[in-house]
Amino acid sequence: MFEIFILLMDATFRVATPLVLAAMAGMFSERSGIVDIGLEGKMLGAAFAAAATAYTTGSVWLGLMAGIVTSMALSMLHAYACVTHKGNQVVSGMAINIMVAGLTPTLAFAWFQRGGQTPALTGDDRFHSITLPFAEAVRDIPVIGYTYAELISGHNILVYVAAASVPICAYVLYRTRFGLRVRAVGENPHAVDTAGIVVNKLRYQALMVTGLLCGIGGSYLSTAHGAAFIRDMTAGKGYLALAALIFGKWKPVPTLFACLLFAFTDALQARLQGVDLPIVGVIPVQFIQALPYVLTVLLLAGFVGKAIPPKAIGQPYIKER
Amino acid sequence: MSENSSKFGSPAKVPAWVNLALIPLVNLTAAFILSGIVILIVGDNPITALEVLVYGAFGYADAIGYTLYYTTNFIFTGLAVAIAFHCGLFNIGAEGQAMIGGLGVGLVALYFDALPFWAVIPIAIMAAAIFGGFWAAVPAYLQAKRGSHIVITTIMFNFIAASIMTYLLVEVLIAPGGQSPESREFVESTWLPFFHDFLPMPETPLNVSFLFALVLSAAFYYFLWHTRWGYEVRVVGENETAAKYAGISPARNIILAMIISGALAGFVGVNEILGVHHRLILEFTGGFGFVGIAVALMGRNHPVGIFLAALLFGALYQGGSELAFEMKSINREMVIVIQGLIILFSGALEHMFRPTIENFFKKRAGSAAVEA
Repeated sequence: MFEIFILLMDATFRVATPLVLAAMAGMFSERSGIVDIGLEGKMLGAAFAAAATAYTTGSVWLGLMAGIVTSMALSMLHAYACVTHKGNQVVSGMAINIMVAGLTPTLAFAWFQRGGQTPALTGDDRFHSITLPFAEAVRDIPVIGYTYAELISGHNILVYVAAASVPICAYVLYRTRFGLRVRAVGENPHAVDTAGIVVNKLRYQALMVTGLLCGIGGSYLSTAHGAAFIRDMTAGKGYLALAALIFGKWKPVPTLFACLLFAFTDALQARLQGVDLPIVGVIPVQFIQALPYVLTVLLLAGFVGKAIPPKAIGQPYIKER
Repeated sequence: MSENSSKFGSPAKVPAWVNLALIPLVNLTAAFILSGIVILIVGDNPITALEVLVYGAFGYADAIGYTLYYTTNFIFTGLAVAIAFHCGLFNIGAEGQAMIGGLGVGLVALYFDALPFWAVIPIAIMAAAIFGGFWAAVPAYLQAKRGSHIVITTIMFNFIAASIMTYLLVEVLIAPGGQSPESREFVESTWLPFFHDFLPMPETPLNVSFLFALVLSAAFYYFLWHTRWGYEVRVVGENETAAKYAGISPARNIILAMIISGALAGFVGVNEILGVHHRLILEFTGGFGFVGIAVALMGRNHPVGIFLAALLFGALYQGGSELAFEMKSINREMVIVIQGLIILFSGALEHMFRPTIENFFKKRAGSAAVEA
């Protein structure tokens, strides 16, 4: 039983990684007052760029770089539309999602001729799992040793990056001047402007951070979790990360737990396929898959606790003259 | 969404045709130029691609039939997104509403198939409207009464709809003995007449839903601009506070507009399920709901504009398949890229060229006044 639980948590961590990174990414954007439903597209773009570059150059690190650059470029496009031209933020996000959903298989088809995929990554062109020090030595110690060896050790580096991103993001958001300004600009851009800080520049900076984190999340999908780019491989993870962000009330630690909860339902779903449970019988897979979305709707309806978004979210800032 | 971000086409002292024709055209051109660059990158000739696209969409009778068949879907989803826009709402859920609308159609066709043609068709169409409308009404209610943001809830409802459809088609409605997730074929008395049944034209999926879409476009116009309810919907969209002072209930109109929106999206099911596939299948919505956003944006939320934009996207869809067939480095997804770029330029970046163009016309008007 304990071993099953550990394996389930192990799977949860793997699934949660892109969610955590994308949700932290979305946190910076949304806390600065820019709605970002383009997380999906940015991750997908990064996943493709990372796999394509890693395969071509043979270096997964160059792949990661390419993923990050791609995601940041898309993030800057979002900023250009929403901040500079005061365009509709939801429309911009949708446009990015749709554009990338078409562009990635188109380029994959043209460059690799494998029906919208990239060739499989096998050697140094993907992230492999890392065995932490002493993991094998302590494996036989009951509970603690086993947990360390199975659950804590044996992930690839991006899983640890995702884990570290939460405290780092929390620190940046709550303990640095930049974080204070990001939070302030999402609540009341006029006040920030009055204090002599350029609102638009700050929002651009916040969206750079969003691009960076989303890029890592997307690269994880194609070079660490999987070993190739497959069309639509994000499969709604960007939207799920957004849901986790709302679930976590736009705060780092609650958002992390929301991501873990969603990832857990996914890991559970994989385990429960076709299993006959006592009393309830076989739960259809689709019901468990829909659970995070249903939970989010219930939360938004205020049945689980009110989620209050940053006040200035969705509104372009128009400087008074 | 903020009050000023959801408005399209702010009043300016420039000729109307600049706003209604020139600016959309410039945006469209920009989208096509970028698409051309993508085609260059993948190693084909954009000019040839354009020729193939246009010929593939309008060049011969079959092509026109297919183009109009796709156009039908885009009219439905375009109108759906537009009526929500008129009420100040962003309905991203047309995709899910179309799925559930199609489910309603399918259930009627599967279980009422003993009824005669003249009875089962109206019931199926009503089921599309009721199912689609219901799927939009829940997020609408949550927005109106509990303040949950409709953009997020409609996205979530898309996923939930997809899960429900998968479950039903895999576990419940699957054809006995069938392998793929689809229902049994409907009896022939529930099929909508194809155009080639009564017109001398080649066999295409074009069916009478197209005429239904045109009728609905006219009804859409009449409803929004010539009825009290339509007026109230627009007032709420313009200014909720003013609406309240005028004794118009925002909550009631939000729910009303979304029910109509969902019903319109649900009619995609009539075209696809009742008109063409004659069985319930997975993913018959094919992204039409999302493209509806682009159609509404391009069409400036007006039925005439929506028809033209739907025709454009219908042509893109049909010409795009031809393109994938004819040219070696281009596949079906290229069309999605073009759609994304059109949404980007006509929606998100709609203010990019506007100031330049408006200034040009204002200056010209100014100098003309001086000369006179």
